[in-house]
Amino acid sequence: MNAPVDPKKLIKGGLHDWEVIVGMEIHAQVSSQAKLFSGASTEFGAEPNDHVSLVDAAMPGMLPVINAECIAQAVRTGLGLKAQINLRSVFDRKNYFYPDLPQGYQISQYKDPIVGEGEVLVDMADGSSITVGIERLHLEQDAGKSLHDQDPTRSFVDLNRSGVALMEIVSRPDLRSSEEAKAYVTKLRTILRYLGTCDGDMEKGSLRADVNVSVRRPGEPLGTRCEIKNVNSIRFIGQAIETEARRQIAILEDGGTIDQETRLFDPTKGETRSMRSKEEAHDYRYFPDPDLLPLEFDQAFVDSLAEGLPELPDAKKARFVADYGLSPYDAGVLVAERASADYYEAVAKGRDGKAAANWVINELFGRLNKEGLSIEASPVSAAQLGAIIDLIGEGVISGKIAKDLFEIVWTEGGDPRTLVESRGMKQVTDTGAIEKAVDAIIAANPDKVAQAKEKPTLLGWFVGQTMKATGGKANPAAVNTLLKAKLGIE
Amino acid sequence: MSVDEKTVRRIAHLARIAVTDDEVGPLQGELNAILAFVEQLGAVDVSGIEPMTSVTPMAMKKREDIVTEGGRAADVVANAPETEDNYFLVPKVVE
Repeated sequence: MNAPVDPKKLIKGGLHDWEVIVGMEIHAQVSSQAKLFSGASTEFGAEPNDHVSLVDAAMPGMLPVINAECIAQAVRTGLGLKAQINLRSVFDRKNYFYPDLPQGYQISQYKDPIVGEGEVLVDMADGSSITVGIERLHLEQDAGKSLHDQDPTRSFVDLNRSGVALMEIVSRPDLRSSEEAKAYVTKLRTILRYLGTCDGDMEKGSLRADVNVSVRRPGEPLGTRCEIKNVNSIRFIGQAIETEARRQIAILEDGGTIDQETRLFDPTKGETRSMRSKEEAHDYRYFPDPDLLPLEFDQAFVDSLAEGLPELPDAKKARFVADYGLSPYDAGVLVAERASADYYEAVAKGRDGKAAANWVINELFGRLNKEGLSIEASPVSAAQLGAIIDLIGEGVISGKIAKDLFEIVWTEGGDPRTLVESRGMKQVTDTGAIEKAVDAIIAANPDKVAQAKEKPTLLGWFVGQTMKATGGKANPAAVNTLLKAKLGIE
Repeated sequence: MSVDEKTVRRIAHLARIAVTDDEVGPLQGELNAILAFVEQLGAVDVSGIEPMTSVTPMAMKKREDIVTEGGRAADVVANAPETEDNYFLVPKVVE
């Protein structure tokens, strides 16, 4: 916690430099068919109250029965966070009053969570990396949803989400900037998606963050923190931290003190504001849920889940660096999504790993981003992209023509090899044909030829003319060699 | 352990139970009587004994991850004082 302070991460106030300290509670919706304690569906977007059992609606006499898959998903996530798995954990009631919580309590885990301490390795854009401690992960129920904009005097309550399983993942206050916080959430999301334990869809509320922010002057004890509730996008997490840190710094530099409180980030106004109504609710009066026995399983259960885990992003990245000779940065880009990594591996198989990475990252990802498409929706398949790379490797097309070919495959589809034949895109490697074109250009431009002897950079102009004359199909290496010889440039 | 008047009002508010001024005094007495009764348990030495969570030694029952319920929105909201399109309607609650 008192690691050396990196001056670059400090925030400049009016009087001093300040260090921002951030810890996060991430609520991740467990991927499952049915809810945590009932047999109602978790599917998003149903008609109001259609995915509600009598347990979720808190009808008298209903008893919760735990969903075995949700337990397995929490354990898998714990393993993915290299965390302690607790073979015995306890469900507690967290009591508070709100219309979208029909029981009047949320079933959660307080003193004895299912997963204990772990860690997440987070790579930063500048190539450095940080380790973020995980304090705990526990299972709990989600609440229902209230709509406030349907009627001037009424709120509308839909319990479809009520009782859906959430994993609350609590980090240590190990983050020192909004950039680190964003990178941490991004990495956590990647891990969850690899594990298949949460779809990470922030737009649908599958991943939400409560962000704890405090500031201090470097070397001083931790300051009083404020908790910013329910931030639902990675970009907003960054903005909320910056905004809140500056608010606290302004108060402290004016000689004031920070009140520990719950706040809400308003992205349209770019400010955080106090949620006074939540203050009293902090008296949650936790106690063990008498409807539920302690959750117990053996190490063999944990081991069997560990065996079934997929290769995780850190391991995959290390393997891409070692096996395909990629830079850590490129490997990091490719493993950010499991589907991207799978696509890349399909392209790289039996080919040059670096060339495959360049094509996937620069051409394909670039084009997908531009069109707002996911890798799953790519019009160019891994097999098609692989064929394009093969054609370059075989000297059939130049890199430049390959980009045109990529464009054709993207918009029209088809087999790259057939396209090259049918559209006459083959590179001219026949020296005789290239020489003819070169000779014609030299003959037509005696002044430039004379200049080129003094100014060898003019070679570029001749290359350009030759490529133009051959419709871009001349082998660039052959053109260069020929021109140098004929112009007497070395 | 005992509760004062302020605590009685606070507990009532947290539970959203309306308590009149006249009721606070008697409730305080009743609660303190219950607490005193429970406090007798403190006389038992339980050091080194794990808290009992169930009277029968059994593992928690679990369910398969299969959708078995739902599709009865009209039943779910049937007892609600006010509904619209199978939503529960409640007095406006806004942050």
